[in-house]
Amino acid sequence: MTEPSAQPPTAQSIEEIVRSATAELDSLENLEAVDQWRVSYLGRRGELTTVLRSLSSLDVDQRRTIGASANEAKNTLEECLEERVRKINGAALIRSASQGRMDVTLPGRPALEGRLHPTTQIVREICSAFTAMGFGVVEGPEVEWDHYNFEMLNIPKGHPARDMWNTLWVDYEDPAGEQAMLLRTHTSPMQARVMEGQEPPIRVVVPGKCYRYEATDATHEWHFYQVEGLAVGEGITFADLKGTLYEFARRMFGEERQIRFRCDYFPFVEPGVDMSIDCFACNGEGDGCRICRDSGWIEIMGAGMIHPKVLEGVGYDTEKYTGFAFGMGPERIAMLKYGIDDIRHFYANDLRFLRQF
Amino acid sequence: MRVPLSWLRQYVDVDLPAQELAHRLTMAGIEVGEVEVIGGWNEVFVGHVTYVHPHPNADRLRLCVVTTGSEELEVVCGAPNVASGQKICFAKVGANIYNTHSERHETLEAAKIRGVESQGMICSAIELGLGDDHSRIIVLPDDAPTGALLDDYLGDTVLDLELTPNRLDCLSVLGVAHEVAALTGKTVREPEASYEESGAPITEKVNISVASPELCHRYTASLLLGVKIGPSPQWLQDRLTRAGLRPINNVVDVTNFVMLEYNQPLHSFDYDLIKNATVIVRRARPGEALTTLDGVERKLTPENLVIADANDPIGLGGVIGGSNSEISDSTVNVLLESATFDGTNNRATAQTLGLRTEATLRFEKGLRPELAPIALRRATGLIQEVAGGTVAPGIVDVLSDEGADPPVVILTSGKIKRMLGMEVDLKRVRETMDALGFTWELEGDAALKVTVPYWRNDVNIEEDLVEEVVRTIGYQSVPTTMLSSPIPFQQPVPVMGLRDQIKDVLAAVGIQEVINYPLVTLQQLEQVEHLDKSALPLRVANPMSSDREYLRTTLRASLLATLASNQGHSAGPFRMFEAGRVFWPRNGDLPEERETVAGVLAGLRHEPSWLEDDSLLDFYDAKGVVESVLDRLGVTATYEPVDDPAFHPGRCAAIKSRDALLGLVGEVHPVVMERLGLESPQVAAFELYLGPILAALPSSQQQFEPLPRYPSATRDLALVMPSDVDAGRVTQLILRHRGVDRAELFDIYAGENIAEGTKSLAFHVYFQARDRTLTNEEVNRSLDGLLRILEKELNVTLRA
Repeated sequence: MTEPSAQPPTAQSIEEIVRSATAELDSLENLEAVDQWRVSYLGRRGELTTVLRSLSSLDVDQRRTIGASANEAKNTLEECLEERVRKINGAALIRSASQGRMDVTLPGRPALEGRLHPTTQIVREICSAFTAMGFGVVEGPEVEWDHYNFEMLNIPKGHPARDMWNTLWVDYEDPAGEQAMLLRTHTSPMQARVMEGQEPPIRVVVPGKCYRYEATDATHEWHFYQVEGLAVGEGITFADLKGTLYEFARRMFGEERQIRFRCDYFPFVEPGVDMSIDCFACNGEGDGCRICRDSGWIEIMGAGMIHPKVLEGVGYDTEKYTGFAFGMGPERIAMLKYGIDDIRHFYANDLRFLRQF
Repeated sequence: MRVPLSWLRQYVDVDLPAQELAHRLTMAGIEVGEVEVIGGWNEVFVGHVTYVHPHPNADRLRLCVVTTGSEELEVVCGAPNVASGQKICFAKVGANIYNTHSERHETLEAAKIRGVESQGMICSAIELGLGDDHSRIIVLPDDAPTGALLDDYLGDTVLDLELTPNRLDCLSVLGVAHEVAALTGKTVREPEASYEESGAPITEKVNISVASPELCHRYTASLLLGVKIGPSPQWLQDRLTRAGLRPINNVVDVTNFVMLEYNQPLHSFDYDLIKNATVIVRRARPGEALTTLDGVERKLTPENLVIADANDPIGLGGVIGGSNSEISDSTVNVLLESATFDGTNNRATAQTLGLRTEATLRFEKGLRPELAPIALRRATGLIQEVAGGTVAPGIVDVLSDEGADPPVVILTSGKIKRMLGMEVDLKRVRETMDALGFTWELEGDAALKVTVPYWRNDVNIEEDLVEEVVRTIGYQSVPTTMLSSPIPFQQPVPVMGLRDQIKDVLAAVGIQEVINYPLVTLQQLEQVEHLDKSALPLRVANPMSSDREYLRTTLRASLLATLASNQGHSAGPFRMFEAGRVFWPRNGDLPEERETVAGVLAGLRHEPSWLEDDSLLDFYDAKGVVESVLDRLGVTATYEPVDDPAFHPGRCAAIKSRDALLGLVGEVHPVVMERLGLESPQVAAFELYLGPILAALPSSQQQFEPLPRYPSATRDLALVMPSDVDAGRVTQLILRHRGVDRAELFDIYAGENIAEGTKSLAFHVYFQARDRTLTNEEVNRSLDGLLRILEKELNVTLRA
């Protein structure tokens, strides 16, 4: 630092101050030194301030020119100061950041996690495959009349086909003394309920719980879901059923899937079939495949053209309308997709199982 | 139904491999569950016993010399029926047979039996897996080729069919033969029924009448005199054994054989035990009883059809015979019955008496009356063949009018096109009908008049014939098209949308969905809610177990049980919800199925972690969840203290919108927790009732509210009030005050520095105007007003 000059300032002396001040500033590495520097040049008694103050001793012309360069010098020093402070701060950040190492291998703070039940997820997936094809989604009662669960589906009392559905009956007798109320054994009663409520065209799927009087094992549950499907209208054919279910199979299991039908029996459809897809695990190869048990094919659902007695039962003109129906078990589809080996996992509600999906 | 290929080949040529045949049958609707191979014995041959000597060291054993043609071997045999000159099944060392001692299939080794080396074994049925008998060796027919591999001579393949209830016809080997013929382009050879008749005609020997033709559509009978009861020949026993039936005696075996052959159940009576040689087919009289062949005395009602003699029932028509007319070793004369009983009545009788027999399995599905005399003649001839005797000329045939004519169905090309979406050439249709044994006449140039063959009872309408066509030509020949009918408008179902939305929010705030059984015990329900004894939950009439008897009226019981079962695995957090229905009985109607969502929260608040504290989930966690849900739905709710038997006193709030109860939130009552074995210090729970929530949803679409353009002003208020003033009421008063935009409760304090019996609540209160920046004076004026109201309404004052 130079002593404040008693001499009146000149442009050269101001330039000299700026040069030495900036040189000095550039060598400073901490904020305290920079602050001292600010005091000694720009402070109330600082060198440049002193120069500015002594301008009054100059004549008007000189005061204007020297004053201008003195102000410019002040601005220059202030800018340099700011720049220096920014640099020092930046360097300090980098220095401190390099000290702030964390153990990035430690586990993170657990976020809250909840998932939908795998059955819910699969049911939604199935339904959305059909809604994309113009089907609506409706539901029906889980406690149902014999009338809808059997009679309206061409399964009268005493019919041997009733053996296909072991029934849990509700302790209730109708005025005629008949056991008339049950836990629905399938979602098919909604076929009649939906048709009773409206005229064709109809396209709906019906997801929901069903119940059977059945011992449980790895592939049987007494409590399970079904997704029923129904399309009724003019000119609906078995070929349309094939197309609809083929499209479903591709959406659910992949574009390259093939489908296959075999004859099967359900009293409420005729012809009745069982649909298989070629195995997505082995691509239909079969041999040694655990999923399709060597067959190359996996049975997915039952289906068929709605039986004329069912259509007549709801008052439809069977000369005008035809339709198809199908039904599938979402748990079975989930088991296939996720490789679950035992259906009893689904409703045992062990969180260690549910959290996997 | 077990169908041995050896038997099937009696009626139709089978040149496909068994697996391929099984596949074709399955695709056509006759599902083959398993293809079972009989044989694989390897070193077992047809042997010829040339000498039988006594065993030197054992009275019961014999030393036999057996020749296989190429070699002679000495074996020890303990069977009483072994004799010189017999053809037998001879297992050489190395054979793969069943060992009755180890109860496993093993390779036969040479052994010394009582000091004598045995170089093989003469087999009984059990060692070869051909039956249960191990007291006697199998004696083969004399013409069995000595030295032949038994795998070739006796080996077989059995198709085990898993039939749907409509395909009655395939409960018989001939029925399957018709299917096989249709699927492989072969023709069926029907068995012959010929026998000689002599003596007085049957009508002079027995008097048969049908008093209940509505339950017995046809009754036919024949009479055999002077038969000799004894074991059946080996071929007959083999047929039955492989099909899964146990041989009894020659007469009974023939009736069973013809049943498996033709499907027609038959029954044989000891003619001499029928009083007055009179048979009446009638309903049982009230109080009548019959001891059936299984030795059980059955009480009968007029709903049961019996075969009676002049006095008493001697059989339960189409179900089981009576022991009072049973064929025994001393039987000489046999009355043979082949009848058509009403399916519905037959099934009802079988069900009420708990008697499902091979006969009822067939009758209940409705046999065709044409079958009865065909099977009768076949069985009569066979009995004469295997048991001797003479047949009284003629048969008895009582036929009611019902169902006497075979069904005739018109099948049109138009119908096929309308059902399948494709044309099928009528020539192709006719070929299909021919192959399946249906007869037809042309009706014009686009229709067939089809007569259904006697063995099929499942074809009655045109759609049934369309199925016959498509299952024969194969479903792969039907084209694949997309629905072209109009897409109907789909009315959304609001409660389903609401449930999905709530489920999504719950999963998003970290709650896992579970799905429980809706059947529980009454006790489980009583533990968690007050039950009105006069309106108990619905009960299942035939529960599978006592813990699944009642239809739940609340989700609480099973949800808490699920929580308890999971507490064994970890310390939490347990955050679970269920969306399901509860069932409220309604008089004379189906129950009301109320959509409910319930959740439980217990255990650690956070997953165990080095970062987090070990605080526990509590009431306010559950309430926060409920608030998230309702906020998302746009429902404004209030929370009022309420008492509920399942919840901790003083820790339960009713969630309300106006007067409607939307749900409950609280902590579970400690007594309930103890009963259910819940381990956490506290369990928080909530219940949401979807019906009332649906009604409380904002009626109009949520509308955009412009963001504030002017800054808000904040004041912090520390308020002191009596301890029993609920924060909700204070907050409500603040929020309702003019100029207040929102308020945040940020501290609650009671203790030092404030008076006993009081507490302090601290709020950030935000003042906001839509159209300008509020001045200090305006804010202060509003605040003064707020404080005056708080003091007046709730005795709330500013903390000094």
